[in-house]
Amino acid sequence: MSLSIFALTGAALVGIGIYGLLAQAHLLRRVIAFNLIGSGLFLFLGAAGSRGIGIDPIPQALIITGIVVALSASALAVTLVVALARATGRATLPDEETPR
Amino acid sequence: MTPMIALLTLPLLAALATIALPRRARAAAAGIGAGATLLAAIWVAVVVWRTGPMDLMLGGWQPPVGIGLRADGLSVALGVMTALVMSAAVLAARFEHATTGPGPRIAFGIWPLILLLWAALNAVFVSRDLFNLYVGLELISLSAVALVAISGKAQAVAAGLRYLLFALTGSLLYLAGVVLTYSAHGMLDIDLLAARTPVPTDALALGLMTAGLLAKTALFPFHVWLPPAHAAAPAPASALLSALVPKASLLILVRLWFEAMPDMATAASLLTLGGLGALAVVWGGVLALVQARLKLIVAYSTVAQLGYVFLAFPLAGGAGAAQPWSAGAWTGAMFQILSHGLAKASMFLTAGIFIAAVGSDRLGDLRGLARALPMTGFAFALSAITLMGLPPSGGFTAKYLMMTSAFAADQRGWAAVLVGGGLLAAAYLYRPMAALFSADIPAAPRAVPRRWQAVPLWLAALAVGLGLMSAAPFDLLQIGRPDIAAEGL
Repeated sequence: MSLSIFALTGAALVGIGIYGLLAQAHLLRRVIAFNLIGSGLFLFLGAAGSRGIGIDPIPQALIITGIVVALSASALAVTLVVALARATGRATLPDEETPR
Repeated sequence: MTPMIALLTLPLLAALATIALPRRARAAAAGIGAGATLLAAIWVAVVVWRTGPMDLMLGGWQPPVGIGLRADGLSVALGVMTALVMSAAVLAARFEHATTGPGPRIAFGIWPLILLLWAALNAVFVSRDLFNLYVGLELISLSAVALVAISGKAQAVAAGLRYLLFALTGSLLYLAGVVLTYSAHGMLDIDLLAARTPVPTDALALGLMTAGLLAKTALFPFHVWLPPAHAAAPAPASALLSALVPKASLLILVRLWFEAMPDMATAASLLTLGGLGALAVVWGGVLALVQARLKLIVAYSTVAQLGYVFLAFPLAGGAGAAQPWSAGAWTGAMFQILSHGLAKASMFLTAGIFIAAVGSDRLGDLRGLARALPMTGFAFALSAITLMGLPPSGGFTAKYLMMTSAFAADQRGWAAVLVGGGLLAAAYLYRPMAALFSADIPAAPRAVPRRWQAVPLWLAALAVGLGLMSAAPFDLLQIGRPDIAAEGL
């Protein structure tokens, strides 16, 4: 019972994250959306770790590693967003155009 | 065991050294680190060549609890190719900085980023654990994005951010597949997964992982981030981004579809992958034809050249694996990965030399430049031969192997893609060649030292040499090859 609550919450987080990714143009919101999706997936993985008899420690190790990776990615993303905002005054990507 | 640890840790140590050492010693430290890692890659290759695949269990823990690393023929072939391209890029960056004087940001950042990228690539090449591969992929993406944006110009930062959005989406899709795989089987080791009891969610997991990896490999229609990103980076970084970075996700795709879950490869899914590859060959080639800047032509050509590799999936995967032609198709695709890496790196490095000489990479500004820079013009022509797939280059061997397999399998459509893609490559590479070798006299290009010009020439010669002496790399690739691709034609 409690397990499926964790799994469903994880799925909901992933859904909110995907919505944010698709519907928000502001880059900071997109970075947050990525973090939501990642957190949802980790919650799902954590729930998967306690199925069956006893507790499987591997998902915990994986989640901690994953959080570190997500933190580094977010830090880089936010740095780039700040650099873009300083250079152009906007925090959205310019329209899809390839320099010719 | 020791050579493998050296291969993984030397670039990391060198990256730390390039940050910690005083400014004057940084470039030298990067050069020493590159040389040492190149030696380690060759050392691993020699050991694997003599004694077969090398295994390493981290901390002595066996999978499924521990993480297994293995260097097989494919890993070491990619490792040596990567080491050659990386060393060339480090040399080219040093000569470029000595000639043109980079900004302080590039002078500081490029060495640790190149070396960190190298360490992450080596980790992906030898890893046998799906989650470990995820971490490796993320490390590759983070260093690659930073390399794209390193100049700090608004256009480069925007290209880097767009690349980061694609890369993170790809990573999360891949991670979702890994989570599903773990919750279904409780293990992530490729060899253990090959022996798993299949469950219905495997198809979803494999589909999610494949979609994520395709976005990172820039297969059509996920290629839109690649050309602006690769064209925005400094030339030595572009060489790494185009020649090496997509190969990591491509290798994981090969490991998934041929080693971890070959039983899930249905005819329809393999046909989809092959079809997307064929579309990438055509679409990348057509877009390369209409570009006006050399770096963008070369970047779109990467989209097309990566497409060829996917033709091996319908020829050698799934039910085709048991057929006599599968070995040829699989090995041909791996040859394509190796020869494209060498030739494409050479081409981006020549673009860097042209930009240093005339300050632009517009085709109109490059007219007659081969007269002023004959070595670089020759290097460009040599790498073009490999990309077109003309004999005796490595690209020819790759296409020849895949084409014989396509005819043997009676799937002639793929052979038509190989021929058509070669013609398209000839057409889009003709335009820069015609400009370079035209009779116009260029307006006083800046002198470029010969030792810098020699770097891309060496890489292009290696790409041709891969075809001239194809027997040794062919045998190397067979070491530890997935058993499904049985003895060939």
